[in-house]
Amino acid sequence: MADEVTLYADGRSPFVCRVKIALNMKGIKYKNMEEDLQNKSGALLNYNPVHKKVPVLVHNGNPILESLVIVEYLDNVWERVPILPQDPYEKAAARFWAKFIDDKCIPALYKVFSSKGEEEQVITEACEQLQILEDELELKGKKFFGGDNINLVDIAADFIAYWLQLLEEATEMKLVTRSKFPKITEWAEGFVNCQVVKEMLPPRAIMLAYYKNRFGKI
Amino acid sequence: MDDDVILLDFWVSVFGQRVRIALAEKGVHYENREENPQNKTPLLLEMNPVHKKIPVLIHQGKPVCESNIIVQYIDEAWHDKSPSLLPSDPYLRAQARFWADFVDKKVYESAKKIWMTEGEEDQQVAKKELIEVLKVLEGQLGEKPYLVGESFGLADIALIPFSMWFHTLNEIGKMNIERECPKLAAWVNRCMERESVSKTLPRPHKFYEFILEMQKKKGH
Repeated sequence: MADEVTLYADGRSPFVCRVKIALNMKGIKYKNMEEDLQNKSGALLNYNPVHKKVPVLVHNGNPILESLVIVEYLDNVWERVPILPQDPYEKAAARFWAKFIDDKCIPALYKVFSSKGEEEQVITEACEQLQILEDELELKGKKFFGGDNINLVDIAADFIAYWLQLLEEATEMKLVTRSKFPKITEWAEGFVNCQVVKEMLPPRAIMLAYYKNRFGKI
Repeated sequence: MDDDVILLDFWVSVFGQRVRIALAEKGVHYENREENPQNKTPLLLEMNPVHKKIPVLIHQGKPVCESNIIVQYIDEAWHDKSPSLLPSDPYLRAQARFWADFVDKKVYESAKKIWMTEGEEDQQVAKKELIEVLKVLEGQLGEKPYLVGESFGLADIALIPFSMWFHTLNEIGKMNIERECPKLAAWVNRCMERESVSKTLPRPHKFYEFILEMQKKKGH
C-alpha cells in the first residue's frame, strides 16, 4: 500500500522545517499543504484541535503533532538514515538537548527580540543558554551535535543555525558573533550547507522582510 | 542489568515520582538519594549541570535527566522486562509522547498558579484554565482505560503524580476536581490499583501540609 503523507506547513517556520529536513533526509514523498496562519484551514483545525498549530503530519489518515514528536515518528516508521542514536543512553542525551533547545534556548532568544533588546537581563539569559550549547559543541569536538552527520539535536537547533542570523540582520542586533560563539558559528555554517537542509530552508529575502516587518530595527 | 542504578530525587516532586513509578513497573532495584533543593549535593550539580534539578537517574555512572526522557530511557534500557511503558505501534508512541509533553506544558503551570496567585480574580482564572486542561485530557481518555492505547504507559505516568495535588487544589482553590472531571477521577482510581503508583505517591494530605508550610514561610 502506498503511504500517504501530508504535511500541513508554513514554509517560514523553523518548526515546520525540522519536519521537512527529516522527510528529506529519509527521502519520503509527501504533499505540502501551505497554511495561511491568519486563516487556518478546516483540515488543520480538525487535525490539531488542541494547539491549532503547524506542523501537522498526516500519515495514512493519522495526524501527528509537535515537530520533535513528528521527527521521532518518522524515525520509527522509516528506519533508513537514522535521526536518533540507537543506544538508549545516547538517545536520551539527544532528546535532552533537543528539549533544552526548545524549552530554554529558543524562548530566551525570542525574548531578546520581542523585548527590543532593551533589557540587559534578557540578553544575558539568552547568552547563557547559547554558552551551554557552545560548551557542548566544544566538548563533543565534532562537526555536528550528531557527530559527523546531523541528528535530532542539530535539526532541533535549526532556528539557531539560520533564522537567528536573519533576525539579527533584520533588527541590526548581533548576539552570536564568531568571537563570542566560535563553535556555534562554525556549526551553523556546516548545518545550513548540508544538502538535505539547504533544500528546505525558506529564502533569506522572505525571512528578512518578515522579521523587519515584525520587529523593525532595534 | 539492575546494577548500579541511583535516583536523585525529592519526595514531593511529581517529576521524581514519574521515574519511581517507571522503575517500579519494571521491577528495577535502585538506590534512592533524597536531595534538598535548598542545599543541592555536589553529585546533583555534577550530574545535571545544565538544569541542576532532580530527578536524575544515574545508571552505570551515567546521568539521564528530564523525567519524561528518563521514563523512556528506563523502557529502552530494560526493554527485556515487562511491561512496556510505550506502545509498540509508532503512531501510538507518538501520541504517548505528545500527551506526556502536553501534561508538562499545561497541567503543571496552571495547577501551580492556583496556590501561588494572590487575589480572588487571578485564582478564578487559574481554576478555569486547569479545568479546561483536565477536560482536554478527559477527552483523550474517552472510554479507554488509559490515556493512549489500552495499556498503562508514558502518558499516564506523566499525569498520575498530579492526582496527589487534587486534594490541595480542592482545598485552596475551593474546587472539586473529581466532580468536574469524573472520568479522570475514575482513571486515577484505576492507576492507583497498580502497586507501582500506590506505593510511590505520597498521601495527598502530606502534599497539602507541604504547600501550607511553604505558604507560611512566604508569609501568606
